[in-house]
Formats: sequence, C-alpha cells, structure tokens
Amino acid sequence: MTHTLKKQCAVVALAVAAAFGAAQDVAAQSGEIFMPVLVYRTGAYAPNGIPWADGYVDYIKLVNERDGGVNGIKLSFEECETGYATDRGVECYERLKSKKPVLVNPLSTGITYALTEKVAADKIALFTTGYGRADSADGSVFAWNFPLLGTYWSAADMLVQHVAKKGSLKGKKIALVYHDSPYGKEPIRLLEEHAKKHGFEFIKLPVTHPGVEQKATWLQVRQQRPDYVFLWGWGVMNSTSIKEAIAVSYPRLQMYGVWWSSAEPDVLPAEAAGKGYNGIALGHSDERDFPIHKDMVKFLYEKGKGTAKSKDEVGSVLYNRGMISAMLSVEAIKKAQEKHGKRVVTGEEVRWGAENLNIDAAKVKALGFGDMVQPLKTSCRDHEGVRRGRIHTWDGKDWSYTSDWIEADDKFLRPLVEASAKAYAAEKKITPRDCSKEK
Amino acid sequence: MIYREAGQFKTTYASDQQLFPILQDRVFVIGFLVFAFGVMPYIGSKYLFSAILIPFLILSLAAVGLNILVGYCGQVSLGTGAFMSIGAYTAYNFAVRMPDLNLLIVFVLAGVFAAIVGVLFGIPSLRIKGFYLAVATLAAQFFTDWLFARVKWFTNDSASGSVAAPPLTIFGSTITEPVEKYLLVLAIVCVFALVARNLTRGAIGRSWMATRDMDVAAEVIGIRPLRAKLSAFAVSSFFAGVAGALWAFVNLGSWEPLAFDVNRSFQLLFMVIIGGLGSILGSFLGAAFIVILPLVLNQLPTWLGIPLSTAMISHIEFMVFGALIVFFLIVEPHGLARLWAIGKEKLRLWPFPH
Repeated sequence: MTHTLKKQCAVVALAVAAAFGAAQDVAAQSGEIFMPVLVYRTGAYAPNGIPWADGYVDYIKLVNERDGGVNGIKLSFEECETGYATDRGVECYERLKSKKPVLVNPLSTGITYALTEKVAADKIALFTTGYGRADSADGSVFAWNFPLLGTYWSAADMLVQHVAKKGSLKGKKIALVYHDSPYGKEPIRLLEEHAKKHGFEFIKLPVTHPGVEQKATWLQVRQQRPDYVFLWGWGVMNSTSIKEAIAVSYPRLQMYGVWWSSAEPDVLPAEAAGKGYNGIALGHSDERDFPIHKDMVKFLYEKGKGTAKSKDEVGSVLYNRGMISAMLSVEAIKKAQEKHGKRVVTGEEVRWGAENLNIDAAKVKALGFGDMVQPLKTSCRDHEGVRRGRIHTWDGKDWSYTSDWIEADDKFLRPLVEASAKAYAAEKKITPRDCSKEK
Repeated sequence: MIYREAGQFKTTYASDQQLFPILQDRVFVIGFLVFAFGVMPYIGSKYLFSAILIPFLILSLAAVGLNILVGYCGQVSLGTGAFMSIGAYTAYNFAVRMPDLNLLIVFVLAGVFAAIVGVLFGIPSLRIKGFYLAVATLAAQFFTDWLFARVKWFTNDSASGSVAAPPLTIFGSTITEPVEKYLLVLAIVCVFALVARNLTRGAIGRSWMATRDMDVAAEVIGIRPLRAKLSAFAVSSFFAGVAGALWAFVNLGSWEPLAFDVNRSFQLLFMVIIGGLGSILGSFLGAAFIVILPLVLNQLPTWLGIPLSTAMISHIEFMVFGALIVFFLIVEPHGLARLWAIGKEKLRLWPFPH
C-alpha cells in the first residue's frame, strides 16, 4: 500500500535534485558572492517585512550597480519567502544553502534560534542586525552569530535607563506588552534583572500571534495602570496596541516601542492619535537625505531598477534598517577580502571579517550613511559591536529624536550575556574559544 | 495488465491474510523500500533530505496517528498539535534531565506520555461526538499552548521560551548528517506504519471501525465503546507524541510552542481528509500533498525561469494550493487514497474495461 508514497518521493526527489544540481553549477561558475535574503512580503508581518527587504535588496543592487560589486566581485542574491514561520525559514535556508552563501540574515528571532546550530556546522555567518538572541553577543561561544548594532537586551537596558532618568523607578510599574514568540520573550530576563536592581514591579503581558486580539491585555493595563509600557510587537500587532492604548486611554507618551515597533507602518494606522508614541531608534530613524539615499534614487530608482514600489519608501525607518543590515554584511565581506584577497570569499572568511569589523564615524560617512550608524567595532569577545540608541517620538506625521544618545550599560549586561552563553555552551557541549588567543 | 491477478491462488489462510495479498503490491512495496533505504541516500541532496523528506516523513507519522483516531475510529480531533507538543517536551525533558537515556527510549517515552494525556482528553468522547468532540479536543490544544509557554519548568527555564534539543546521539554515535537523520526517521516511520496497518487489520481495528460506523450497533454486538474509543485516543496520541519528538529533535532542533500551535492540528486534519479517511496510505499521500506541494509550487517559477517577485510567487502558491484542495475534494471526496484505489481497479481490468 505504501508504494505510491515512495513513487511520489522519487519523482519529487529527482525533480528537485535536478533543479538544484543545475542551480549549484550556475552559482559556482559565475564567480559571484551569494547572499540569500530571507524575507516576509506576505502575511501578518508583511507591512514591516516589505520595507526591510526592499532596503536590503536595494543595497546589494546598489553595490553592484554603482561600485561593480565588492572589490570587483559581484554580489548575487535570491529572496525566499518565510512568512515569519520558523519551519519555512529553515526550509529557505536549506534551499539556498546549496548555492554556497557566505552569510545569512534570517530576519526572525525564531529562525535565528533554529539556525544557530546549523550555521556553525555549515560554516555560514549568521547576521542578526539588531535582533536575534541576546547572548550571542558573546562570540567566544557563538562564533557564527553576529547580533550587530545591538540586541534586545541592550534595547531593554536603554529603555530602562531612559525612564529611570525621569525619576526613580522604585515602587513603579513597568509592563511589557510582547509578541508571544522568542522575539517578544527575549527581553524578559533582562527586565527581570532590572526590576530587582531598580525595585520596580515588572508586569508581563503576552499577546499571541499575529497580535490583533489584545482586548484582554489592555484591560489589564487599564486595571494595573503601569507607569510605562514597553512594546515588543511586530507588524499588525503594533498598530493594534496603539489603537487599544487609545481605547483604554493609556497615555502614548508613556509607551516605548523597541525598534521593530517604531516604524511608519506601526503608527500610521492609528493616525493622529498615535501622537506622542515613543520608540528606541537604534542609531537611525527615518533619515532620508544622506548621500546613500541620493545614490539609491540616482542609481536604482531613476533607472527603474528599485525594488520598492516608489522612491518615497527610500529612507523610511525599516528601509534604512534593511539597508544598514546589508551594508554591515557587505563590510564584513570587504574585511574578509582585505585579509584573503579580492576574490569570492568563503563563509569562514566572512565570519572572520565580521569579527574584525572596525567601522568608525568617518567610514560611516564615507559610505554615505551620514551619522545613521554609530561607530562599530567587533571582536571575538563582543559580536555586538555597538549598543547605542536614541528615543524618537511620533508627532503624527514624522519621527523626531527626543533624547540624547543612550549607551547600554555593558557592566550590567555582560555578566548576564556571559552566564546565558555559558549555559548554552554547557547544554550543547561547546568549548568556548579563548578570545585572548584570537588574532 | 500490469495489475492482473489471474493465476494467483491463495490456498492457505496465512497467504490470504498476509499484509499485501497481491503479488504486484508486494513487489512494489519491497522495491520502494529498497529504493528508499538503499538508493535514495546516494542520490538525494542535503536540501531534499532536510527540507522535504524529513518533514514529510514525520508529518506522515503524525497523520497516520490522527487517521487512526479520525479515519478509523470516527472521533474528530483538533488536538494533534497538542499531542505532538507533549511528545516534544517530554522528550526534551527526559533528554535534558536524564542525559544518559538512549534516545530511542526517549522517543518511546514521549509517545507514552502523549498517550496518557491523549486518553485524558479522550474521556469526553464517551459522552459527546462529532463537532462537539472536536471542540473538546481543541481544549487540549489551548491547554498545552498555555502550559509550555507559561510553566517554565518544561522549558528548563529558557529565557525566550525557545528550547534546543541536545545532539542526536544513538548508540554512542552522534547523528548530524541529513542523510543519517533521514534514515533514522524513515526506519521509525516504516515500523510505525507497519504497526498501524496491522492494528487496523486486527480485532482492535475492527472494534474502532464498528464504533465509527455505528456506535450503538457496535455496543450491541459486544464491542465496549470505552475500550475502543480510549484505545484509539491512546494509539493515536502515541503516534503523534513520537512524531512530535522527532519533529522537535530531528527536524527543528530548536523550537517554541508555536511549532505545535492550532495551525499544525488543522494542517494534520487536512492531510487526513485530503489523503483519505481510514487509510494508512492516504495519510502519506495527504502529507505529501500538504508538505511537499507548497514547496514545489513556491519554487516552480524559478525552475521554469519565470521572473516573479517573491510576494507574487507566495500569493500564487496560496491560490494554486487552495484551488487544488478544492479540486481534489470535488473530484474525489474520499481522498487521494481512493483515487489510487480506483486507479488500481482500472489497471486490473486494463485494457478491457467493462
């Protein structure tokens, strides 16, 4: 009875094997550096996923178009739709793996968790620019993970510092309204530590995927009246939260989103009522007038090669984030080429490049990013590079900065990161590298 | 012609009752098993194993489990995801807390715990049936979602709620290569498929089917509904539990409760319905339809060299997939397995249909 199953397997197997065999050959011959792009352009998170993907892809296109590739080596890429589902993300990774990618940017904390082990085995660098698992900042255990530009723990730390400046937190209440997934749960451990340190009450309010059903959550907010609400949402959940906050008349000024919760698609649906809502901007907000944006318009959009629907999207918060993610990936490739020669580098070499990044303010400026990216320096010990951000506030039309630079407290964070990484290493039987011996 | 049985005489009870009484079936099955075990590992790519065949096989196993419950015993369940998650977290806790335990025993224990919980949630089936029972099993789904997301003990105090399976070490050797994982899963699935097939052919399977067809009549002829229904829940959950442990350990490696949410239960129910209720083969066909087809649809435009945007490909995938579900259910409401059976009957008469 089971033989049709085998027959089907065989047919599909042959088809797939043939297709992938062919694809692999093409990539190997072309002499290009391949970058898979895991995106979600459909589903509940699409409004946020699309600008990120456009920014990421546009930057790759720009490097090819304007500079003729990285040191003369063209970049090739292929998008794969994950729909923010971890299993589809893993499938995408496996699918694109045969094309010898040097790095992967999974754009989901869940997929990051699932890939963490796989990338180490496959020797592919895992870039999680501004997201991913916080403990992977410890490069001695997580050799292949690069949570560049800050983790959720850094973000939570910055937010606590910011609100602590407004007055002692002792006896106050902070609620975390979070997406009930690894992404949303990531800051919990840090906030619990902070609650102990500062003496505030920490309230956890989970919201299940996709996040449109939040009535119960906000009734709790109304009941408990927290002094601050931190919002760890994504996609349609954010705008719903803001609307629900309006419904229970919770002041938007006391709401702070993480960077995924403070972009245009989140506040626009709430219209003017979203006014006063804050978010932590990780280096950048919706800056639009730097040379890189002009280059995007000049080299891509004026020639009809842009990925986004219109050039108005260039410079929006998430577009910038996608662009910066791609920029850091490309810089890691460049760094690898510095050491290993201007050729098609391997994942292992790119990993080294990412671990030895040193991008100062002048370099950021030279790349055309103005001051959108803070100076960043990675090492074996620190895969995060930089942990600085500013608060930006939505005025109903635009984002504007409303705080000075805040730097996450590494003295407070580092022991937590190391403890968590150590636990992971013990669980996985990984021997941490001795960072003093790394060149 | 290919399937003509003329000249095949069964002269003993044993030959009449064997698993595949028709010679051609036997040849095909043995041939495909040889292919799956002996040839496939050499010709398949890593992608094929890790992204297509392993998920397909594991979900087939879960679908077989659900088919025993829904297809053979007639107890509609929306809680398969829950039983899978119980298997996954049981296996995780045993593997983390008793690291020396053989992984195969861990998988069996995963099934046992899932079976116990399955029986507990199957108790309402003695009083209610049909849609009402489906809603009651839905409770299992929400309960486990809540349990594994909120009770930290089950996730070993993981900060993000996501847990990672320890390395797959069986009899001293660690399995890392996709092809080895594939063979492991294939072996387990083959054993379970055989068990399921034999269970459904035997007395216990008959009691399930009698209960499904008319429970009052079954009771009258001496079948105890309590035993029939609860055993179906137990066996079904056992299968689902083992599938859940495999899904977590072999396929995902690291997971969160979302991997076993209500969508997974729906997905499995659709596999059973599209594949064919009350058919082991149908479970595999249904799993192939639901797991493999979307991936093929997603990649087809690239293979054919049609440049389409990622979002467009995704949307087309959803549309075509939906249309195909409707098409198959209209053409053959009894599922793909029935289509296959019809095909076989036609082959038997070919080339002289009457």
